[in-house]
Amino acid sequence: MTQPFLIGETMTGGYGKGPAILNDCTIAVNPGEIAVIVGPNGAGKSTAMKAVFGMLNLHSGRVLLDGEDITALSPQERVVKGMGFVPQTNNIFTSMTVEENLEMGAFIRTDDFKGTMEQVYHLFPILKEKRHQPAGQLSGGQRQQVAVGRALMTKPKVLMLDEPTAGVSPIVMDELFDRIIEVARTGLPVLMVEQNARQALEIADRAYVLVQGANAHTGTGKELLADPEVRRSFLGG
Amino acid sequence: MDLLNALVALSNFVLVPGLAYGSQLALGALGVTLVYGILRFSNFAHGDTMAFGTMTVILITWWFQSLGIHLGPLPTALLALPFGIAITGAVMLGTDRVVYRFYRRKKSDPVILVMVSLGVMFIMNGIVRFIIGPEDQNFADGERFLISARTFREMTGLPEALAIRTSTAITLVTAILVVAALFWFLNRTRTGKSMRAFSDNEDLALLSGINPERVVMVTWLIVAALTTIAGTLYGLDKSFKPFTYFQLLLPFFAAAIVGGLGNPVGAIAGGFVIAFSEVTITYAWKKVATYALPESMAPDSLMQLLSTDYKFAVSFGILLIVLLFKPTGLFQGKSV
Repeated sequence: MTQPFLIGETMTGGYGKGPAILNDCTIAVNPGEIAVIVGPNGAGKSTAMKAVFGMLNLHSGRVLLDGEDITALSPQERVVKGMGFVPQTNNIFTSMTVEENLEMGAFIRTDDFKGTMEQVYHLFPILKEKRHQPAGQLSGGQRQQVAVGRALMTKPKVLMLDEPTAGVSPIVMDELFDRIIEVARTGLPVLMVEQNARQALEIADRAYVLVQGANAHTGTGKELLADPEVRRSFLGG
Repeated sequence: MDLLNALVALSNFVLVPGLAYGSQLALGALGVTLVYGILRFSNFAHGDTMAFGTMTVILITWWFQSLGIHLGPLPTALLALPFGIAITGAVMLGTDRVVYRFYRRKKSDPVILVMVSLGVMFIMNGIVRFIIGPEDQNFADGERFLISARTFREMTGLPEALAIRTSTAITLVTAILVVAALFWFLNRTRTGKSMRAFSDNEDLALLSGINPERVVMVTWLIVAALTTIAGTLYGLDKSFKPFTYFQLLLPFFAAAIVGGLGNPVGAIAGGFVIAFSEVTITYAWKKVATYALPESMAPDSLMQLLSTDYKFAVSFGILLIVLLFKPTGLFQGKSV
């Protein structure tokens, strides 16, 4: 198999000088794919994603983006390299309008970003309707759309979502998943961490089950859904 | 009863001075609120920065006057203002480079930065007194009145007069222009929006590729401009004395907190709330009351709630009330 587009290879590391949370963990994603990271609470799902994004000190392992070793880069530098990251919380500018949020997403771009903004509005029509409202006044699901939209404004080469459906209702969750599938269909690799393991596995082209910071199961979403051991331990039978 | 004269007296002694003082406080409070919103600490050196900025303007004004450069009816200080802003801006950037940046890099707690700003305050304070001295300085020139009491009486035939001083008019016009420019900058330009984004959510601003050092630099430059302008206007309107400028820190903070720290609109509203409270509470209402009330009810006392010596008690009182009952201020700001 050729090298995946984005890969965090055998990552071991933790926050600051603390103990290692990740142990030889490998996460990868390719264009057109949705890769999800699932696992029990405290398994290091978000930590694994943060490691890929450079918010963690890696003791060993490396991160490659399009074949380039970016292990030493800061998160900000990785954004410039084309990584779009949506944090789990505080992921919008609450006092600024929806449109200003998107503009700030495009801050590093020097070209005309009107086209990208139209694409984001096309993907999330509700945002166009509310574009002059302060983002802090929107509902939870709409805020997540703003957050994803903001990340898309950089025209990233890979989109990383940390629990995009945390705290939203099931209906909104389904809709968000639909949108994420739409984004992935445009060829943009999507890597996301999810609490709702079953739904996430259903849409995953590539799935990682982490246990205590290490890869426990890897496969396509369907394979893992069918795997009796995964079912027993995470999906409740 | 003579409501017209009451109104004229009220305008002359309360409304017009209150508007001028409110504008000066608003400009000062805007600086406080910007530093709080973006650099995330209460800048105690603000009053003395204002004294420093005004001092540079005064020195340049004197130099211009000695060269025979004048602005006709307008005070020469207006001509010196841009130079004063430039020098103060350079000093602020220097202070940031030498002092604040070190603590910012260490991600020090806001309380440490407050103490650091206290140190900067003492140094600024010393520099200003060393250069220009602690005494009162008068640097206003040009036409003193836009409408003098005499002209007003001749125009209207009323016994009461409404005198409008040039400095008052300049204060109002300048304040409106400066505030309009600031809001245009914050809401319409890329750099201004990035400052608001940084103030709103620092981590996300970093993820969006906003350069924090640039945001901080622009903030200091704006604060330098705001303080120098506010100080010069205050000095033209009243007089320049380093200690008075240091004391203005209290109404500035009161105004910023009343309006909601970190919220520019709040700072302006807060400035006027504080100014009008101070003026109305320390004003002797006897004259206005004598005109407005029937003769039988004319007051014997001065009807002054508080002597002007205690005017800072007003800001302090309002500050306490706001902190107790609405800590985020009138407009949505950050809780202190």
